[in-house]
Amino acid sequence: MRRSGLIMVALAAAAMAGCSSTTSPAPAGGSSPSSPAASSPASATGTITVFAASSLKETFTKLGSQFEAAHPGDTVKFSFGASSTLATQITSGAPADVFASAAPKNMDTVVTAGDASSPQDFAKNTAEIAVPPSNPANVTSVNDLAKSSVKTALCQPKVPCGVVAAAVFKNAGITVKPVTLQPDVKSVLSQVELGNVDAGVVYVTDVMAAGSKVKGVMIPANVNASTTYPIAAISGSKEMSIAQAFVAYVLSPAGQSVLSAAGFEKP
Amino acid sequence: MSPVAAPSRLSSAERARRASRGGASRSVPAPLLVPALIAVAFLVLPLVGLLIRAPWGRLGAALSGADATQALTLSLWTATVATAISLVIGVPLAWVLARSRFPGQRLLRALVTLPLVLPPVVGGVALLLAFGRTGFVGRLLDSWFGLTIPFTPIAVVMAETFVAMPFLIITVEGALRSADQGFEEAAATLGAKRMTVFRRVTVPMIAPSLGAGGVLCWARALGEFGATITFAGSFPGQTETMPIAVYYALENDPDAAIALSLVLLLVSIVVLVSLRDHWLRGGTVA
Amino acid sequence: MTHTGSGLIVDAEVRRGSFTLAVSLTAAPGQVLGVLGPNGAGKSTLLSAVAGLTPVSAGRITLGGQVMDDADAGTFVEAAGRPVGFVFQNYRLFPHLTVAENVAFSPRARGQGRREARAAAHHWLARLKLADLADRKPAELSGGQAQRVALARALAGQPALLLLDEPLSALDAGTRLDVQAELKRHLADFTGPCLLVTHDPIEALVLADQLIVMEGGRIVQEGTPAQIARQPATDYVAKLVGLNLYPGRADGSQVMLSKGGSFIVADHGQHGDVLVAVRPSAIVVSTERPQHASARNTWPAKITGLTLLADRVRLDLDGQPSALADVTPAAVAELSLDPGSQVWLTVKATDLEIYTPGEKQAS
Repeated sequence: MRRSGLIMVALAAAAMAGCSSTTSPAPAGGSSPSSPAASSPASATGTITVFAASSLKETFTKLGSQFEAAHPGDTVKFSFGASSTLATQITSGAPADVFASAAPKNMDTVVTAGDASSPQDFAKNTAEIAVPPSNPANVTSVNDLAKSSVKTALCQPKVPCGVVAAAVFKNAGITVKPVTLQPDVKSVLSQVELGNVDAGVVYVTDVMAAGSKVKGVMIPANVNASTTYPIAAISGSKEMSIAQAFVAYVLSPAGQSVLSAAGFEKP
Repeated sequence: MSPVAAPSRLSSAERARRASRGGASRSVPAPLLVPALIAVAFLVLPLVGLLIRAPWGRLGAALSGADATQALTLSLWTATVATAISLVIGVPLAWVLARSRFPGQRLLRALVTLPLVLPPVVGGVALLLAFGRTGFVGRLLDSWFGLTIPFTPIAVVMAETFVAMPFLIITVEGALRSADQGFEEAAATLGAKRMTVFRRVTVPMIAPSLGAGGVLCWARALGEFGATITFAGSFPGQTETMPIAVYYALENDPDAAIALSLVLLLVSIVVLVSLRDHWLRGGTVA
Repeated sequence: MTHTGSGLIVDAEVRRGSFTLAVSLTAAPGQVLGVLGPNGAGKSTLLSAVAGLTPVSAGRITLGGQVMDDADAGTFVEAAGRPVGFVFQNYRLFPHLTVAENVAFSPRARGQGRREARAAAHHWLARLKLADLADRKPAELSGGQAQRVALARALAGQPALLLLDEPLSALDAGTRLDVQAELKRHLADFTGPCLLVTHDPIEALVLADQLIVMEGGRIVQEGTPAQIARQPATDYVAKLVGLNLYPGRADGSQVMLSKGGSFIVADHGQHGDVLVAVRPSAIVVSTERPQHASARNTWPAKITGLTLLADRVRLDLDGQPSALADVTPAAVAELSLDPGSQVWLTVKATDLEIYTPGEKQAS
């Protein structure tokens, strides 16, 4: 009994050591990435972790498989979430190799902390209203959301989709009192899918990705707001060449076509 | 005759200590002491980290910016109501599980304790599917009474009760099982009918377990996140509880998050100290 | 024996697992019926059935003319509905209530208001001289006090029947005699029947008017203590009940017996009322007065009866004091002992057991 106890302690210690964070803020960033991934494709094989905004879930998952097919031996793992949450995790030392944010603000947080440099914009997304397929509250325009009888779900105000929604309402000159402020855009979407709310403000791409589970109500371009998506490799990455290769792939025509097929606009 | 072991050293201080406290008190054996110290460190260090990193200077500012008062008030009263509900409906269930016998009892006990092991978010989804606007009960409530539960403080209370009540049930069931039923027999011979026995003998005698179970339940309800945010959503003043407030604050204003965490820590300490050893012992009075 | 309408009548069987209790007994109002037997004899089962905590498997139980339990008719009165007061072996005083609240429990449970119940409690506490303990908690009571509180609690419910389960076994020998005397007084005051269960022959002999001896779930003998002692039905009964008990007044090393005669006893400074016990096997029977013997107690007696037991003969002897003495059959033959024979009885002072209040038993 005693011996197995000691073995357990030893294993636990080893596991803890193995999981420790690998990144540390790089010394004053700014060096431009050398030798793009086009040359010597077989030089490095490894795994990268991409932290991406929730709204990029479907597109980036697809881009990841395509990248893996084009770069045999390389694996791409994802962690999706609200950009603000991801930014906080990265600056706290989370082991990310690439960060794709739904708003410049969150990327700036990471850059200021010295964890990334030279971000590049790769997409733009505009807001759209999602309603359950039966549209129980008969929502036809953004102004309907101001009615007290309509239950609306929004993103938390500090999250990119929340910022966008606030901008839309400001443009439209209306005040909307939501019933819930969700942590990220996907959970707003699921509230709509479950029929729990009458409407939710999400991105155009989310409405497309949800297919028949929701119906979209367009927001007129003159009141709509958009957000730009920057992407960058993280400075302390142990697989810098693969990370940069992935960034380049997202920016490449192949990557861009996947994004636009999903409803993203050019940055 | 088995050989006598070689004597070890025993100082006079140690002799005095052992003599006065009885034979059982000896120093902790090393194979137990080391893991115990690791456990202490594991539990205490994060709390110490919280205290060290706290923005003591600007606590007030940090708290006011993060809807702290609203979140705290909401958390406190919903957790208390959830505990009250758990006591009212959970104690009778604990009695049924402990004292009666019927087919399917084991299955019932397993179901009742399911929320203990179920991931809270799953609990939230389940609650939505039952009581959400399109849920099989929620739908009826909506069409008959125009009543929707999600996004109201009631939903917060329901989510908290769902995850926290099993703690109370398990604790009380254990106490009832181990309680000496001789006292209840005595009460019966004195003319007390079954509900009188329950009221005047059974419940007072399991009071320590009720206290311990109630505190566990309250604390679990206070800290619930996954089920509440899924079923009740989050809106300041209505459904944004302290844990959700901390989570949001963490992304935008870490100092506020720490300040909120400190408040929760303080509340927990106050509750534990005021209930003290007397109530948290568990078990029964006798 | 006529079966009157009142009193307790038990004619039932209780089956518990592999154990079966089958008894038929009657306890008249005011009578204390002692149930004596070893552990496992079924005494507790009997009390449990009479109290209504266990239903009978066959037969019935009646109290005061009313049927409490009838297996054939299928009727059963719950424990709470029976006018029974139960004093448990470990008292079972509610630990979270004060002494007064414990005693008031039954009146309140049976529907009386708080004030009336409290008054009833104080009445009984005063009667049992427990008034100054009213606000104490059971944990603060001594053994003897707890026993009296348990009795008061049972009596406060105005029961028609009293059940006592080994009432003195939890007390140490010193307190036992004191409490025993008091208990006898209270039982005498109680107008209903009383069933007292014990494994201690002294308790049974002192407290009970009538005795029942149980073994293996069955009654093996019943009668007055004297009857049973003289003609024990089994060897176990003989060993159990055949004890010579003499109340008397002690003065150092001498005890004057209430019913005549005196003993020299081992001197432990005892004074006042005592009980002297001597086992029949410790009495030596001689046809001539012993000379030059160390034994301090010698007295003449006449044999009035002989009973053959498994391995001995029990002699019934008339004298000052009277006694039962066990001798071997060979001795009876050798000494030609017959009813009417005059003999001398001898017993050593160190073979006499003295029960004194306030002192630990030394023998």
